Amino acid sequence: MNKVGIVGYGITPFTKDDKKIESILIDSVKELFKNNSDINRNDVDAVLVSTNNNSKYLSPILSEMIGIQPKIAHSIENLCNSGTNSIVSAYSYIASGLADMVLVSGAERYDSPGSVLEWDVSRGEYKHPIFWSSIFTKSYKRKYNISEERLSMVSVKNHKQAKENPNALSNRVFTIGDVINSKQLTDDLRLLDCSRPCTGSASIILGTEEKVKKLSKEPIWITGIGQKTTSAGFTKNISFTSMDSTKQAVDTALKMSKKTITNIDVVELHDAFSVCEPLALESLGFSEDGTGVDLVKELYDTNNFKINPRGGLIGCGHPLGATGIAQTIEITQQLQSNANKRQVDNAKVGLIHNMSAAATSSTVLILEK
Amino acid sequence: MSFETKLNDGIFCIPKCDDCKKIVWPPADLCNHCFGNVSLKEGEFEGKIIEFSSKENLYFCLVEFEKTFRIIATILKTPDVGQSVKISKCGIIGGDYFFEVN
Ligand SMILES: [Zn+2]
Repeated sequence: MNKVGIVGYGITPFTKDDKKIESILIDSVKELFKNNSDINRNDVDAVLVSTNNNSKYLSPILSEMIGIQPKIAHSIENLCNSGTNSIVSAYSYIASGLADMVLVSGAERYDSPGSVLEWDVSRGEYKHPIFWSSIFTKSYKRKYNISEERLSMVSVKNHKQAKENPNALSNRVFTIGDVINSKQLTDDLRLLDCSRPCTGSASIILGTEEKVKKLSKEPIWITGIGQKTTSAGFTKNISFTSMDSTKQAVDTALKMSKKTITNIDVVELHDAFSVCEPLALESLGFSEDGTGVDLVKELYDTNNFKINPRGGLIGCGHPLGATGIAQTIEITQQLQSNANKRQVDNAKVGLIHNMSAAATSSTVLILEK
Repeated sequence: MSFETKLNDGIFCIPKCDDCKKIVWPPADLCNHCFGNVSLKEGEFEGKIIEFSSKENLYFCLVEFEKTFRIIATILKTPDVGQSVKISKCGIIGGDYFFEVN
């Protein structure tokens, strides 16, 4: 299998702008080529668009808009982890020799149809994600006797970190009091516990070893990939206090990269809601069950940006199709020592955790210098 | 008669495979275990509350039936985890299924 790495990336600020999906898509692509003038657009032989937008044929449209004629062009949709699914597809095209350079571009509008999974009728009238996250939150608080205050530290930490990220939707800091007094959505969920839908785009180019060595001054390699889909419906989860698909995905990714979880220096994980961060920390193996919130507090108290340095989904906003790509860009910047005030010292190995629909599907990527 | 037609009439049925007898959930025309045909069983099914929360003082709970499948249902009285409940109302409003238990 050919080695696959990151050739370049482009990302623009996440906003609440009401723009056409095609314009959103082009924003980060333009940024990518502006920052990487050595890349010849005509060498891109595959274009993958990651989005939940209902517009059709977006990859050929994007290709035409940037004046290229790739061999492969199509969209990829898998709700909230469309972005990392697209990166895995790009990896596969390159590893198999079907393409040498793949542009992966994710974009979403603030009013994305990907927020609600209509098919999941077992949820009855409770289809909005705030309901599954309320069930997860209640179960987690009940099982491990976790207070609302302790859980709210996730939002406090991630907003603080997002403040150092010029592309984040949020640029405000909040106290525990602010979080637990923010608008009550359900008995177990406050507004500041939620990532917000937004308009955003992120693009990345993956390439063969030869392309990466030629075009990137600081090559970053994808050395581990793990994915698992356990169901589509929320109610089929075997546990509401852990993420089964995440456990299986991280196991596969670590084996592929020949690493253990203790080797990981920096992480972007899928904090769609506050409870998701401790659940992911525990399911990935960073914390014992029920202690993820203690790690969150420790990181906050020591100003350690190891987990969700860009501010996670809660701080950055969650433009579904762009999220997994934005997470991957952050880890790339961290490993390139290029993350400014968010920089985690001596980061050599990074991990991305991106999931869909109440953790029924997870992707884990491992990146290395 | 489909699960949805029955549900629309306010009747909750459990879809079961004619061949392997397994419950097929979410309701489908085809068994996801053996691809057999599916028939609907009517009855007073008892479920168990797995978890609950509330929105604007209205409780919603995750209920497990036949130790096999779960739904999210409304419950009017304060629920308890482990409590036994039965479907008291169900149907389709504006394209969305709804379930109420007590
Ligand atoms: Zn069957």
